[in-house]
Amino acid sequence: MTQPHGMVIIGGGIAASRAANALRDEGWNGSITMVSDEPHVPYDRPPLSKTFVTDAPSPAPYLADIAALAAIGVDFISSNAATRIDPQASTVRLRDGQSLTYEKLLIATGAQPRRLTLPGSESARVHYLRTIEDSLAIAEQLKPGAHMIVIGGGFIGLEIACSARKLGARVTVIEGLPRILSRGVPQEIAEVVASRHRQEGVALHCNAKITHLVESDDAIGVTLADGQTITGDLVVAGIGAQPATDLASKAGLAIENGIRVDSYLQTSDPDIFAAGDCVSFPLAAYENTRVRLESWRNAQDQGVVAAANMLGKQQAYEAIPWFWSDQYDLSLQIVGLRGAQDRSIRRDLGDDAFILFHLDPAGRLTGASGIGVGNAVARDIRLTEMLIAKGVMPQDDVLADGKASLKALLRQPG
Amino acid sequence: MPWISACEADEIDAEDVMRFDHDGHTYALYRSPDDKYYATDGLCTHEQVHLCDGLVMDNIIECPKHNGRFDYTTGAPKGAPVCVALKTYNVKVEAGMVMIEIV
Repeated sequence: MTQPHGMVIIGGGIAASRAANALRDEGWNGSITMVSDEPHVPYDRPPLSKTFVTDAPSPAPYLADIAALAAIGVDFISSNAATRIDPQASTVRLRDGQSLTYEKLLIATGAQPRRLTLPGSESARVHYLRTIEDSLAIAEQLKPGAHMIVIGGGFIGLEIACSARKLGARVTVIEGLPRILSRGVPQEIAEVVASRHRQEGVALHCNAKITHLVESDDAIGVTLADGQTITGDLVVAGIGAQPATDLASKAGLAIENGIRVDSYLQTSDPDIFAAGDCVSFPLAAYENTRVRLESWRNAQDQGVVAAANMLGKQQAYEAIPWFWSDQYDLSLQIVGLRGAQDRSIRRDLGDDAFILFHLDPAGRLTGASGIGVGNAVARDIRLTEMLIAKGVMPQDDVLADGKASLKALLRQPG
Repeated sequence: MPWISACEADEIDAEDVMRFDHDGHTYALYRSPDDKYYATDGLCTHEQVHLCDGLVMDNIIECPKHNGRFDYTTGAPKGAPVCVALKTYNVKVEAGMVMIEIV
């Protein structure tokens, strides 16, 4: 049953997908239309740098097939970008000319990889990683003996480096800063990751400034400021992402490092909500510091909360940031927001797994970063998230003692 | 159906979970806050992650990777992204040992 005024969702990732499901779970009986500019049903992106590459060919990480979407009454339009939002008329114009009228609109357009602007970076041998097609194009080249040059020692670059090693390709990672993962984790953890990559045969070049790229018939060279040129078969650039805000900004919505939303994920237009990598929002647990997160769970949870608020439920999004990365048999988990003035307390969990807790000058727990084999740090990181939400000011010795129960700390009165 | 001896009852802390592997299959054993024992399949139904690394709060086990939740006393899914129930197994404690009925 199609109604003239329904819920419209722009996007085809985890935020969009969860929102569609949540609208039904919350009792919405009217129409739901989802528009994605990709030729796929909604899918999960985390495997695209990991198992989808190493286990290729493998099924795409679809979140639901078209039948499952139809079963919950979602009209899914693929390969057809939204090109214009008209907030006065409450319409969304699509590339093929059709126009959708919305009662409430959700923008979940995600982010786009930041592109290299160096001379030579327009080469077809330069890849980025965001979509299924990107991942397939990289995987196709990762044959044993091939040489992949990764530009950027962040999570995406290091995960694809790990996948390439598993496939027997040679890997060089070039990072401009003095160390890898500068933005993501404390130095102590970055060192564990770096030494593991070196142990697996990855060549890591930090403090390396690139001057230009040069393509030849059968290779691509990356030239550094010191004059040396590193030659490989392909380059993968993982140098950050930019929120996809064009549509929102053309519609006159407030933009501030992403689409600006309030704690209800409502944009500056009351009928338009936004969720996932494309938004900046206030973090209640950190004095409403405005952040933009690029993480799976944030996108999933915001999709759910946005859906509730599209139905007028007035549900505040009050999450603590949480993020993971898998490299080799190691898993990193990061929770909270580490301040520049924070000090760290180390907790060892055995088998080389450890967590660094971060405390602000007032003694309040602000975050934690952990690394270990498998999910060794997961439980304590999850408990840390709850401790942060509760505003706990823990004793150093409890945090430092791997045998001391964080759950007990959580349940202490007051 | 055979009953298998899995571990000593006090090897699992109250409100906690432990992994138990038997015959190529992995299980998760739980001790609830009110000191009852339960067992489920050991891998999350969402992406095959070991639940033994997850957090137990009351009757809920949470997957350590994607935070999908199950009621481990019934196997019922309790939160996205999980939607398929966990298989549960009968458990009893005899002479201080936790026994699981493998089916």
